[in-house]
Order: sequence, then C-alpha cells, then structure tokens
Amino acid sequence: MPVEEIPKETLLWMYETMVRIRLHEERVAELFAQGKVPGFVHLYSGEEAIAAGVMAHLRKDDFITSTHRGHGHYIAKGGDIKASMAELFGKKTGSCKGKGGSMHIADLDVGELGANGIVGGGIPHAVGAALGIKLNGLESVAVAFFGDGAANQGTFHESLNLASIWKLPVVFVCENNQYQISLPAKEHTNVKDIAERAKAYGIPGVAVDGQDVLAVYEVAKEAIERARRGEGPTLIEVKTYRFRGHFEGDPQVYRSKEEIKWWKENKDPIKIFEKILLEKGIFTKEELEKVWEKARKEIEGAVKFAEESPWPTKEDLTEDVFSTPTKGVLVWQW
Amino acid sequence: MAMVREITFAQAINEALDYEMSKDEKVIIMGEDVGRYGGIFGATAGLYEKYGPERVRDTPISEAGFIGAAIGAAATGLLRPVVELMFIDFLGVTFDQIFNQAAKMRYMFGGKAKIPMVLRTTCGAGFAAAAQHSQSLHALFIHVPGLKVIMPSTPYDAKGLLIASIEDDDPVVFIEHKGLYGIKGPVPEEPYSIPLGEADIKKEGKDVTIVATAAMVHKALEAAKKLKEEGISVEVVDPRTLVPLDVDTIVNSIKKTGRLVVVDEGYPRCSFATDIAAIAASKAFEYLKAPVKLVTPPATPIPFSPALEKEWIPSAEKIEKAVKEIL
Repeated sequence: MPVEEIPKETLLWMYETMVRIRLHEERVAELFAQGKVPGFVHLYSGEEAIAAGVMAHLRKDDFITSTHRGHGHYIAKGGDIKASMAELFGKKTGSCKGKGGSMHIADLDVGELGANGIVGGGIPHAVGAALGIKLNGLESVAVAFFGDGAANQGTFHESLNLASIWKLPVVFVCENNQYQISLPAKEHTNVKDIAERAKAYGIPGVAVDGQDVLAVYEVAKEAIERARRGEGPTLIEVKTYRFRGHFEGDPQVYRSKEEIKWWKENKDPIKIFEKILLEKGIFTKEELEKVWEKARKEIEGAVKFAEESPWPTKEDLTEDVFSTPTKGVLVWQW
Repeated sequence: MAMVREITFAQAINEALDYEMSKDEKVIIMGEDVGRYGGIFGATAGLYEKYGPERVRDTPISEAGFIGAAIGAAATGLLRPVVELMFIDFLGVTFDQIFNQAAKMRYMFGGKAKIPMVLRTTCGAGFAAAAQHSQSLHALFIHVPGLKVIMPSTPYDAKGLLIASIEDDDPVVFIEHKGLYGIKGPVPEEPYSIPLGEADIKKEGKDVTIVATAAMVHKALEAAKKLKEEGISVEVVDPRTLVPLDVDTIVNSIKKTGRLVVVDEGYPRCSFATDIAAIAASKAFEYLKAPVKLVTPPATPIPFSPALEKEWIPSAEKIEKAVKEIL
C-alpha cells in the first residue's frame, strides 16, 4: 500500500509500536540472561510488523487471542508494559499477579484474551469471541494470532470451518516464521502457502510479506473491514522470520548463523519501514530517534517498576482459582 | 400439601435450560444435534423451535472447536454458553480446551477472567454401548483445579443444580447419567436453585454410611432397602456436586455411623471413590470401626456383551455384600 495513503498518525503509531516491541524483547532477553526473568521466554524480535500492521486497525472493543510468543501482540493491543514486565518477573503487580508469566500474559480490559502455552489453543477462543460479537449485534471483530506450527493442529481446521459456516467476524493471522521450533516449515507442511488452506473452508486466504508493515497493514485492513461488515472470516498468512531462537537459550542447531545474519541485515521490518518513512520525507531522522528515546525510557521505567515490586505471598497461592464462591470445599488442601 | 407433579430427569434438564434462556439472552446452547433433533437424549427438545437457530446452535463434529469457542465467548463476557459434549468419552478430542484453557484461564490471568460456561455431558454404562460410549470419567475433571463438577441423581437435583450451574461464573462440568434420563421424580414447576457444594442425605441411617453418585445412588438405595429387612440401617449420602465437595456432611455421617462404603461407576484407581476413602482416612479415622469398602467396576475397559457389562457395573448385590463385610 502506498505510504501516502496511510494517515501520518497511524504511521507513527506503527513505528512506535514496532520500536517498543523490539526494545522490550531485546531488554527481556538481557533480563532473562541475568536470571531476573524466570521460566520459558519466546521473543517476537523480527516479527513486529505483524502485530503493528494488524493492530493498527483494531479498537479497544475488538478482541485478540495470542500465542506463546505473545509480548508483541499484548503491547500492540494496548497492554501496559509496566504490568507485563512485572508479570515477566513474577511479581504481584504483574498483569496476571505473577500467576501467568510470559506464556500467559493477558489483559482482558483491552481485549487481549491471553497468550497461550498450547500451540493452537487460542484459535477457537477468537471464534467464540466473534460469536459473542455477532449475537450481541456489535461491530467489533476478533483476531486469532498463531504460528505455522499451529496450522497443523485440529483447532486451526475446526476453527476456520466453524467461523466460515457461521460467517463470524474473525480474522485468522498465521505468523509463519518458517520454523516449528526446529522443524522447517517445508518439512511440516506440504503446501506452498498456508493461506491456500482457506479454500478448503470456503473463505478468502492471502499470503503477505511480514517484514513489510505496509503490506501487512493493507491485507489486514481489507480482512478486518470485511469482518466488520459481517462478510465473514479471512485467513492471512504472514511470512516472517524470528531473529532470536524459539526460546531464550535455544542453541539453534537447525539454522545457520549466516541465515540469521542475512535476515537481520536485509529483512529487518523496522529498518525497512524506517527507510520508507525517511525517503518519503514523512518523518525526519530526529523525529524517529525521539521514538527510540521515549520507548527506552518507558521500558527502563517498566524494568524499575518490576524490580521494585513485591513478590506475591503465600496467601495469593490459593486465590483466583474460582470466581463464584460456594459452600463446600473448592480449593482442596489436605 | 399439594402434590408436586412428577417429570423425568431429561424434562428437568430441559426446564432448567428453558428457564435460563428465557431469563438471560446471553445464555445459548451449542453442540452436536442439540437443535432440530432436540439432543440425542431429548434434553434440549423444543428449545430450537422456541429460541431459534442462533441461540440453539447445531455444530459440526468439532468438539475442540466449538467447546473452545464457548470458552472464548464466555471469557469476553458476551455470552454464557451451555455447550454439550454428547458422550463424556469424546472428552479425548477436546480435553485441552477444558483442562488447559477453561480450567486455568482465571488463575493464569490473575483472577481477571470469568468463564461462565457449562459443559453438559453424559456418562454411564448399561446400554451395551461398549468401551467408548459408556464411561464415567468424572474423576478426570475433579483432578484438575479450576472446574466445578456436578453429578445429579434425581430430576429435582438436576433442575436446581443446572440452574445454579448456568448462573455460576466459573466453568462447570455437568454430568448426566444416561440411565437416569427416563426416571421420574417430583419437580416443582417454578424455577429454583440448589447451591453448589451441598450434599444431600438421600436416606438417613445409623449403622453404615454409603457415599454414592449419580445412578449409583439408586443402587445404594436399593441395597439399603434390602438391608433394612435384615435390620441394618444404612445412610445414603449423595454429594451431588463433586467440586465443590461438601466434606462436612460426608465426614459427619461417617462420624455418626463409624462405617463407610463408597459406590462409584468410575474406574477404581485415582477415582472419586478413592478420594472419599482418603478423606475418611484423614478426617475421620478415629471414628471408623471397620475398613472402608469401595464398590467400583474393575479396572477394565467397558465390555459390549450385556452378560459381561452386567458384571462390570456395581450392583445392589455387591453393595449389600460390601456393607455386610464391615458390619
């Protein structure tokens, strides 16, 4: 899509969002290496254009479902970085009070229905959100994010079929980062584009370059507007590449250093976008530098907040299992 | 006192669904053959005609898909789905959505999510339906924190507990024994709610406590009747809700009688029966005058042949024998 056709404030928001995600992820990598962020951490560096290009079209009353690689979705949907950083540390002030961690970051108040530790686990939830939207006569949409690995799970196929027969306002966004942990996509899927699978369910499918935020923006616009008009679901496959391992600590024996280097040098979505913004004279170098500066401050503020926050206490352990109290024993302890 | 009319267990379920759908537009039903067909056991009969195909949704055979959709819809707060898993045996194809998603969302998200959904499903042997259509897998749900698990034994309990379950903001697994759908019992016409977490003493007695669930409650009552002729007084406790569990009523009964038999149609190990036995051992050991007896099926898949299936299912005779062994 020609950059001139996109409002300047949207371009700035997308750039800011990508920068905030990148800085967040690289900082979390450091914090993980320092032992400050425990557990399993899957980072989104290299894939930022997808969250930014899709979420540019979403409102607060739209819903998304996310994946184990979910920080980018959370940030782009409007989740608070202070709360998520505290969550990554396992602190009481975290977005999930320290009970979810990286793989379960959620913020229902901004329509982020949760990251998910199960590959393909969240896809049907977006279908359900869309059913709720439809039956309540709302104009919202739901977007399911998932990876190339999830496209071979039953939930992917069942969800596309359900959304199609019920003509639901949902968009399926497959982030094909070309590796299912270590298995290359060409060894787990025997179609050129996962987007082709849309045909089997009678819905549109489109493949797009995920390193080009303007291209993502364009296909997402069409799919989301279509869903909002009540014309049903779309499958978007976004071809992308993760700059870091599947998880932090991944020795990455399945791909070469040269390959990673090539992608970082030639296909960095932020650099590609930056070049366009500068060449077209939409923003000056100084203006873009300010974005980095502001994002750095925000993230350092979040790290400080997380470090200074209290740990949850043993009283918190048995809270939040159920919401409606009852007679009888609900949370058993011998 | 005016006579309370009698209706079947299936009709009681139907009345609870009808009442909730009439009261709250957010309540919808989804599942295989729940619409035009009225449910394969007739529990949703007439609701499709009354509320239409948008709110009584026939689904493809995609249990992970539509149960997952129910979870997502509930999490948004836009709907309160009642979703049907035709046979509890089909759990295998959708268990991730139930035990990793529905059960854990609230806790994983720090108490910010509510998942107001009910998963209705059927259990129970006795119909020559063999190994994949006859199981009683309630223990699997009890095992996983975050699910409420309901197992009524009478039409009265079915109506009141289903209304309470639909009005509850947590994921509830509501298990209906296939052998109970046809039984009749007194059920008030007006809506009423039975609080989750309250056991019901189906018969008072002083010599032995029998804790039993679903169809086994009726077998226990049958055994109690015969034992009474021999001068043995049996108390039958029906927990009705397995999570939350009314531990006090169970433990108090054991303290009163000093003897416990647990009857359950689930497989024998890591089961509801062993769970109750463990509770008795840890909370009422000093009151027990004899070992706890468990009456369950053997640890085999459920056989097809009626001759074998009859042996597999706990019978009133086996319950009688177990009671006599500890007297």
